[in-house]
Amino acid sequence: MTDISQQHISSAGLRAQALREFWYGFSRSNGAVIGLIIFLFFVAVAVLAPLLAPYAYDVRFDNAVLQPPVWQSGGSWAFPLGTDAIGRDMLSRLIFGAQYSLFIGVVVAGLVFVFGVAIGVVSGFFGGKTDMAIMRLMDILLAFPALLLALLLVNIVGRGLSGAIMATIIAFLPYFVRLSRAAVQAEKSKDYVTAARLAGAGRFRLMFKTILPNCMASLIVQATLAFSDAILSVSALGFLGMGATAPTPEWGTMLADARDFVTTDKWWIVTLPGLAILLLVLAVNLAGDGLRDAFDPKLKRS
Amino acid sequence: MRFIVQKILYLVPTLIGITLVAFAFIHAIPGDPVLIMAGERGISPARHAELMAQLGLDKPLWQQYISYIWQILHGDFGISYVSKEPVLSEFMQLFPATLELACCAIVLAVFIGVPAGMLAAVKRGSIFDQSAMGLSLLGYSMPIFWWGMLLVMLFSGYLGWTPVSGRIDLSYYFEPVTGFMLIDSLLSGEEGAFSSVARHLILPSIVLATIPLAVIARQTRSAMLEVLGEDYMRTARAKGLSSFRIYAVHAARNAMIPVITTIGLQVSALIAGAILTETIFSWPGIGKWLVEAIFKRDYMTVQGGILIIAILVMAVNLLVDILYGIINPRISKA
Repeated sequence: MTDISQQHISSAGLRAQALREFWYGFSRSNGAVIGLIIFLFFVAVAVLAPLLAPYAYDVRFDNAVLQPPVWQSGGSWAFPLGTDAIGRDMLSRLIFGAQYSLFIGVVVAGLVFVFGVAIGVVSGFFGGKTDMAIMRLMDILLAFPALLLALLLVNIVGRGLSGAIMATIIAFLPYFVRLSRAAVQAEKSKDYVTAARLAGAGRFRLMFKTILPNCMASLIVQATLAFSDAILSVSALGFLGMGATAPTPEWGTMLADARDFVTTDKWWIVTLPGLAILLLVLAVNLAGDGLRDAFDPKLKRS
Repeated sequence: MRFIVQKILYLVPTLIGITLVAFAFIHAIPGDPVLIMAGERGISPARHAELMAQLGLDKPLWQQYISYIWQILHGDFGISYVSKEPVLSEFMQLFPATLELACCAIVLAVFIGVPAGMLAAVKRGSIFDQSAMGLSLLGYSMPIFWWGMLLVMLFSGYLGWTPVSGRIDLSYYFEPVTGFMLIDSLLSGEEGAFSSVARHLILPSIVLATIPLAVIARQTRSAMLEVLGEDYMRTARAKGLSSFRIYAVHAARNAMIPVITTIGLQVSALIAGAILTETIFSWPGIGKWLVEAIFKRDYMTVQGGILIIAILVMAVNLLVDILYGIINPRISKA
């Protein structure tokens, strides 16, 4: 009995040790820490949106249409970042928009990760005809540029936010399948896998408990990339009019409405939603770079 | 040679798969083509059945697929529901506009990205390296549809330097010869035509170049760093070669191998980018054409368009593969 509990403590200790090492590697990069802080800021804004936002995102103020931000003449503290073409508060819409973008990132990255890794691991582990069939299917999907594929799929599953999310998931799938397959193939023939097999581990256990944890690092890095790409892709679909619809304050959809104001002096309508997308995506990419460096010391820059 | 044939044979199943996807697309969207063509006016059941028969849509799916393949092999990619023009000829008319834009973008991306990446690697850790990589990450994170709007707002709206949209001022007219407006405007000899074309081209090129530029700069830097650590670099230095010769000849040539692959892989990104860029700038190319076709539910055009694009992407990837084999002999022999 004592033996087992001691083992538990030491494995927990090992985990804490690994975590500390990881954080050391991650925090050495200033960019990664800055990215993480900006990302956490967006998370906080999204979670606290109902408290932070001065108004609901769809309430119109007919007497304050196209009001500029507070620091410009004509602006007022009632609408710190101004109002849009039908008198909705920009700040409130941007704040609620953070919920949508983070939701998109989490759902797409999460589901692509789960499905992509499952398919990729099976493909890499079994090889042979299964592998061939899966990879051919992925080759076909890869022949279409991701945005174009998403654009087609969204017309099949139905335009709108959930359609855009589903379409993006399918469009991103091949990249994950390929990566996890390659990782599994590289690990499959190593000694520890043979040892586990000889010890009588079943296929499922070999695939997901023995091999997969050793491929995790590159997959997690890829997941952060999928997170930021998903935000870009779904907002692009929103911009093209195939994503989130009217009163939804999704940033890409807000930019679609902003197109009419590009050649006017109503710069805040055009500038702010895109700035929000850029900041969030940049933050995730910075943190992703840090993750990669922390996981893989060989790739470390200096 | 065997290597090339093998590569082409390997693509055949994918090619068949692509036609299946394009074929499936038009059957997977809600509503059938006749209903879509009829639009909101509606259509009587009798007329509906008649039109379905006329289009061959009443036959079993496998028969439809076979006749679809038969048509494609004869260069028939269908007829647009809206304009009643053959899809292929519409594509051919619009493709030069996209090609010209994409060429300018890739030239921009390569001519800035490659030197910047190399310099960043050579001066690793310097302020130049850090700011170049920071900018590259910024470019990589850019929602380019917003970037385009921002540039239009600044340079067209506020400063008035560049036109808002299109390929050339309406006051100029000349017969297309190459389809490349930059060349055609010079050939026409009309005064001011070339500068008008160039001014229309500059912002869309910058927008479309942004992401490939970021990717190429990053990739060049890491390829160069890898090469700089190789033994033959030490040898070159030990032989007393000038550092310019070391970097420009020995290092750059070897670093270019992975970079060429990266450049080739940008074709897919360029087409995705063209969809957004052309929409912002009302650029009369295939990106805008496809988006409009999707909006008008002109699914025959969409079906034909995506098939042509997928084949194009595949062909370019094949070319890159072959080129890679030629410049890197280790691959072709393996």
